[in-house]
Amino acid sequence: MTAATQLPLLSLAIWIPILGAILILAADRKLQNDATVRKLALLVSVLGFAVTLPLFFQFDRLSAQMQFVEQAHWIERFLVTYHLGVDGISMLFVLLNSLITVLVVVAGWRVIQDNVAQYMAAFLIMSGLMNGIFAALDGLLFYVFFEASLIPLYLIIGIWGGPNRVYAAIKFFLYTLAGSLPMLLALIYLYSKSGSFSILVWHQLPLSATEQMWIFLGFLLGFAVKVPMWPVHTWLPDAHVEAPTGGSVVLAAIALKLGAYGFLRFSLPVTPDASMAFAPLMITLSLIAVVYIGLVALVQKDMKKLVAYSSISHMGFVTLGFFMFNRLGVEGALVQMISHGFVSGAMFLCIGVLYDRLHSREIADYGGVVARMPKFAALFMLFSMANAGLPGTSGFVGEFMVILGAVQFNFWTAVVAATTLVLGAAYTLWMYKRVIFGQVANERVAALDDIDRREFAFLAVLALCVLAMGLYPYPLTEVMHASVEQLLAQVGVGKISPVLP
Amino acid sequence: MNFAIPNFLPAAAEIFVAVMVLLSLLLTTFVRERQSARALGYGLAQISLLGACVIVVVVMPSQAVLTFSDLFIADSLAGFLKLMILFAVIVSLLYGRDYLAVRKMDRPEFFMLVQLMALGMMVLVGANHMLTVYIGLEMMSLPLYALIAFDRDNARATEAAMKYFVLGSLASGMLLYGMSMVYGATGTMDLSVLMDAASRGIGVAPESRLVLAFGLVFLVCGIAFKLGIAPFHMWVPDVYQGAPTAVTLLIAGAPKLAALGMAMRLLAFGMADLMVHWQHMLIVLAVASIVLGNLAAIVQTNIKRMLAYSGISHMGFVLLALLSARWIGSEQTAGDAFALLGLQPLPLTVNAYSAALFYAVAYVVMTLAAFGTIVLLSRSGFEADTLEDFKGLNRRSRWFAGMMMFTMLSMAGIPFFVGFIAKLAVLQAVVQAGGYWLAVLAVVMSVIGAFYYLRVVKVMYFDAPQSEEALVASPDVRFLLSVNGIGIAVLGLAPQWLLDMCLQALPVALS
Repeated sequence: MTAATQLPLLSLAIWIPILGAILILAADRKLQNDATVRKLALLVSVLGFAVTLPLFFQFDRLSAQMQFVEQAHWIERFLVTYHLGVDGISMLFVLLNSLITVLVVVAGWRVIQDNVAQYMAAFLIMSGLMNGIFAALDGLLFYVFFEASLIPLYLIIGIWGGPNRVYAAIKFFLYTLAGSLPMLLALIYLYSKSGSFSILVWHQLPLSATEQMWIFLGFLLGFAVKVPMWPVHTWLPDAHVEAPTGGSVVLAAIALKLGAYGFLRFSLPVTPDASMAFAPLMITLSLIAVVYIGLVALVQKDMKKLVAYSSISHMGFVTLGFFMFNRLGVEGALVQMISHGFVSGAMFLCIGVLYDRLHSREIADYGGVVARMPKFAALFMLFSMANAGLPGTSGFVGEFMVILGAVQFNFWTAVVAATTLVLGAAYTLWMYKRVIFGQVANERVAALDDIDRREFAFLAVLALCVLAMGLYPYPLTEVMHASVEQLLAQVGVGKISPVLP
Repeated sequence: MNFAIPNFLPAAAEIFVAVMVLLSLLLTTFVRERQSARALGYGLAQISLLGACVIVVVVMPSQAVLTFSDLFIADSLAGFLKLMILFAVIVSLLYGRDYLAVRKMDRPEFFMLVQLMALGMMVLVGANHMLTVYIGLEMMSLPLYALIAFDRDNARATEAAMKYFVLGSLASGMLLYGMSMVYGATGTMDLSVLMDAASRGIGVAPESRLVLAFGLVFLVCGIAFKLGIAPFHMWVPDVYQGAPTAVTLLIAGAPKLAALGMAMRLLAFGMADLMVHWQHMLIVLAVASIVLGNLAAIVQTNIKRMLAYSGISHMGFVLLALLSARWIGSEQTAGDAFALLGLQPLPLTVNAYSAALFYAVAYVVMTLAAFGTIVLLSRSGFEADTLEDFKGLNRRSRWFAGMMMFTMLSMAGIPFFVGFIAKLAVLQAVVQAGGYWLAVLAVVMSVIGAFYYLRVVKVMYFDAPQSEEALVASPDVRFLLSVNGIGIAVLGLAPQWLLDMCLQALPVALS
């Protein structure tokens, strides 16, 4: 695979959606036609997804190196480069993100009647920025994408959100900003130490224990808010509840992955010794998220809130997997991230389908939906099972791997982590039961229509992904092996040479 | 007595503007018709400012040139700042023209005062002597007082002018007092002599050092007043709010650059020996401004006032950059910096001063766009300067709501806009100089600051409009605002050339 003859795929994956969005905004004034705008948005998103496919098929699975690398000068004054590349850890997320964008565009097809062009453009821009986050190999470039992706999401929640949207949007923005600015300081400190913003240089940069501790804490603030980890998770339920369906989907499927990805890309390799030292704290926080947030999810009356809390609980599993420093744990966590992208996205889309019809997210307003929407009930059942971690679905693979990793690490950790299987099943299936089964709750439910072809299409795509991953996860884990091995080797060696007596 | 004809060339731009002021004073009196007199005054002002730009570029010397018995200096720093100042004044006038015309304020004298103010700023940044600093400062300030009160029937504006005048005179007094002390301790007011006074053995006696340090305190007070730094900021919100928006543009833009030039001439050049002392003072001032500016801006409902407080905090950031010219804290420990790639880091002074210049320029670009939007929304007899007036702007004009959003996000330091690069430049200078706690404080206050910028975005995008009225601004204001807004984004995407300019602007003497 020669790099010279290749298209700059990563740049295309970033800039096609962004430029497409600008085009849509510009064309909207001329066209004044929402139907064309929607089609244009779909075209751009499909194109954006298409250019990411070669990433998967041409990927060299035996190499732990960065692939599809592009490098150019950007800000020479601070030695910032436009440096892109993916390895086994990040490549799948680019794909996931581009696919989810297509689904989100389709999901907003009929619901959004207001400011269609801006809505579509916001999602496309966000998609490009998120691809940038996963592909950036320059610390500042990463940060730039990381921060800039707040803007479209802020607008999406604020403009097309629910009644309490302003509060949720501002809370979301400020929370994330408060986390990411300390991270910026950590990045600047690394720059002042190394004279470069290159992440790969930082991986080699020797750092003392104290330095590592502060840098780790800086990163922790940024990423923990984004994951979100207990106790800085409170922005997420608010944002999810108020966001329009598409916003919730992107938030759960992609945005939450950014923090977890950051741990793998920055915290672990740049500050390996501090990561080791802080691992007990991280594992404790993760377990609290798994168990406590799982219990919180159990008592939610609002479906979106329930799925939001379940997301936090699942992400706790991811951070748990990372900080056990064994291959099963890290790979399991990565699989869990991808799977959660599909499953939580699907859950929010399902809730969106119901919300579009009844304009309520209260569990109590539903009941007996299966009588009116059998096709929908079947698909929703599949996703609920996946959310609960049923074998055969993608949700099972990741959780199982992480629990296996936890057994290797510490038996009692594994025991606590395994409660998620019970709790997850409890809150998801109980909600499913109350919404779908039982007596037809009221005449509005009785008047429901089943999903149409469009809705069926995007749910079916996700259903296929969930099943395929659950039945045959090998193509995914195969991609990760080399990179994860290398990462763990880096962490294992550490950066502080043992002090001689 | 020998009399040598001085070298006029380094001051060619200043002389040109001065001649043009007199010329327009003369010419406009001969034009009978009011309307054409006004157009002539405006046109001549723009010609004189543009011409000055050209002359500055043409006569820019490759190395520092002193003239007028070493009172005046033309170097790269002066050239750069003059260009930016003239640019800011030209843009302010373009924005303000219609606004002034509607309010019948576009009399020829207005534009003459603006030219005089520009002249004062040019002299100020080209000062190599404390007296020149003082002359330049007064020449900048006096026309400004008059400009604020130009609309005689406007009680608010008159009050603002009065307030600015009284406090400004006090600040000038302090500055003069400081200068006299410096003179008393060293026997000279020549800044390039003062720069290496210690090595020349001037003012090294312990009692002279004491007087010098006292003088420095007063100098810093005067500078802080002109920059609008807490606790010398009291005038800023009132004057910004009281002045007609077209004049606020003139106050909020170019004078900040001139004041930074003054700070660099006095502190970085003249008081280079006393850097330890002024660094400590600036730390206090910078922290006070960043904290106070951001906290006070939260509760403002008037956008001009909000921008005033935000400006106070931005100037705090400029000071943060300036004070990073020397290792902060006791002893430099990060000697191994940049060792991995075998690179040589920039000297702290160069890194810090160029960051300060970049921040100031970025701030002026953003602030022009912000006040430009207020001008855009205002109608005859109506100032669109409260948050209410921005409600639902996205529905009235998607384009200009977008431009204002760019400006606000840029001021909040969100990436892809120039404000982020500016914050990055300052923060890395602070971290490079070891001021970690200062960087943390700046970052914490930035989060608080983000709230009020976001509120403007919220008002524009999430709220329903109060009126569906279309915008009435003229095409050139629209065009200029578009360029300005896009410029904020473009500078954020491709900042390298401006960063380079800021590096090259630093004279050799400062590195």
